Amino acid sequence: MKLLAVTACPTGIAHTYMAAEALEVAAEEAGHEIVVETQGSAGSTPFTPEQLAGADAIILAADVEVRDKDRFAHLPTVTAGVKKAIGGAPALIEQAVAAAEAAPKGTAAPAEPQLAVKQTGPGVGSKVRGWLMTGVSYVIPFVAAGGLLIALGFALGGYQITDAPSVTESFSWTSHTSWAALLFQLGSLAFGLLVPVLSGFIAYAIADRPALVPGFVGGLVAVEVGAGFIGGLASGLLAGGLIFWMKKWKAPKAIAGIMPVLVLPLVGTAIIGGIMFVVIGQPLAAITTGLTNWLNGLSGSNAILLGALLGLMMAFDMGGPVNKAAYAFAVAGLSTNSQTALLIMASVMAAGMTPPLAMALATTVRKKLFTEAERENGRAAWLLGASFITEGAIPFAAADPLRVIPSLMAGSAVTGALSMAFGSTLRAPHGGIFVVPLIGNPFGYLVAIVAGTLVSAAIVIVLKSVGQKKKAAATTESTSAPRAAAHA
Amino acid sequence: MTEQSALITADLVDLDLPSTDRRAAVGALAERLQKAGRVTDLAQFLADIEAREQQMPTGLEGGIGIPHCRSAAVTVPSLAFGRSTEGVDFGAEDGPARLVFMIAAPEGGDTDHMTVLAALARRLVRKAFKDELLGATDAGHVADYIRKEVGA
Repeated sequence: MKLLAVTACPTGIAHTYMAAEALEVAAEEAGHEIVVETQGSAGSTPFTPEQLAGADAIILAADVEVRDKDRFAHLPTVTAGVKKAIGGAPALIEQAVAAAEAAPKGTAAPAEPQLAVKQTGPGVGSKVRGWLMTGVSYVIPFVAAGGLLIALGFALGGYQITDAPSVTESFSWTSHTSWAALLFQLGSLAFGLLVPVLSGFIAYAIADRPALVPGFVGGLVAVEVGAGFIGGLASGLLAGGLIFWMKKWKAPKAIAGIMPVLVLPLVGTAIIGGIMFVVIGQPLAAITTGLTNWLNGLSGSNAILLGALLGLMMAFDMGGPVNKAAYAFAVAGLSTNSQTALLIMASVMAAGMTPPLAMALATTVRKKLFTEAERENGRAAWLLGASFITEGAIPFAAADPLRVIPSLMAGSAVTGALSMAFGSTLRAPHGGIFVVPLIGNPFGYLVAIVAGTLVSAAIVIVLKSVGQKKKAAATTESTSAPRAAAHA
Repeated sequence: MTEQSALITADLVDLDLPSTDRRAAVGALAERLQKAGRVTDLAQFLADIEAREQQMPTGLEGGIGIPHCRSAAVTVPSLAFGRSTEGVDFGAEDGPARLVFMIAAPEGGDTDHMTVLAALARRLVRKAFKDELLGATDAGHVADYIRKEVGA
């Protein structure tokens, strides 16, 4: 078995290396290969992409934050303190082996980390993308959990659930309206965290823990001033950049110890919060408002074009920044209560449901074009697509981006445009198939989704068939093919 | 590498630590570093060692204590080694430490120097290394042995 490990300790001169040695010895005795990245003061040699791709599991033995953790997001992980690795390395090796065996090959890799891992050079573009993807990857569970809670609230209580009194004021155990209100209000709270979490974890990706507070608070200010998703992107990048720079300061000895827990968060938050409130918050809010107004102002044939555009965006990176930008516009519009906003919301959700559904369909009707792991992903993709979790299509896109992404974009554009053309409307920000009964013109809506799904599945099958003939049966040989391909 | 800048020399080895008290044992080793001119400000150095110790005790299973720090009071990466028959409590779960490695790193140590300390840390988890030190009778031999093992 091929294992990786990272060791790190506060001072970086003793435990880091002792743990590395202990793990190497223990792995060798157990007959496994291991590569250890010592994040200590003697400099560290980062894992190569090949090592990351070929590994079966990783051990993180650290008392401080492990740097660039998102490189390992695709691996089964065993976490422990650094002392545990020195004293009990054989047990950790055993755990890592068990974790690797328990993880179903290929399916264990949800894909946005794969996209992140794909960065081959440390170019500025790929760095920025890595940061954004880290932020977005932390947002996804909030969207899924919050969105589905909201959707369930709507499904149970109807659209007027938005007007229900707060459950802290009135809650009846026997009233289904109360339960609906509870679900809706929980979901809304979770949704309220989207922009702060995005901002906080972008900052975290850039400059680790000290950047978390400035990032989160900057995101809250972005919400406060109405700068929304764009504001959150900006505050996250700014907070990360600022803290990254401040960490290089030579602090006087007396305060060096409290820099990361007190000084950096305090000063960083004051600066970023201030900038967001009085300098860039208003212009960003104006941009957000302008875009929203422009989107809302579109009607007639323009609206169909808009639906197609939003569909392209939803499928472009399936949960990444572009997808979330389109989604954020749609959700922001809901509060305006205009008819156009409801059309947009319906169109965006439909277009976001299509990619996983299309891949599920393609893996069902043309099994031979896909690996065993992909077929498994395909089965899960039915539910993910139906739940409006666009991310379900990422494993396919990561394995074969050039064929899969354009196919999915085409189908989503069709769906987005058709949803607009049929005049379907949606007031819930999430929910997929579960909120279809609440949709205006549900039949048209379903037709739009089916049409887009068929288009994407057909194109992807054609493209894959052409590619397959050239490559013969190369892709069917192993279950780990999608992972290997993702790194190629 | 010259005698002055070697990681450890015979006068940095104490095969019979005078006390079972952690601070006293640490103080004794630190004084040896100061006498050898490797630590300029003893009080500052001890404060830095203590600060690290407070973060988390440095005792390890198997009877080892590794008081260590990076300090502006250190001029050259150094190791002071102490052995205690009765043991000194460094907070390890399985009891006091019989082998005490005091690792002193300069504040802005360059990577080359740190590599030596990294090599030392790696030896600390090897049984043969510990056994040799537990059985040694001569300070000069201990210093030679450690230098040879870490390649410095």
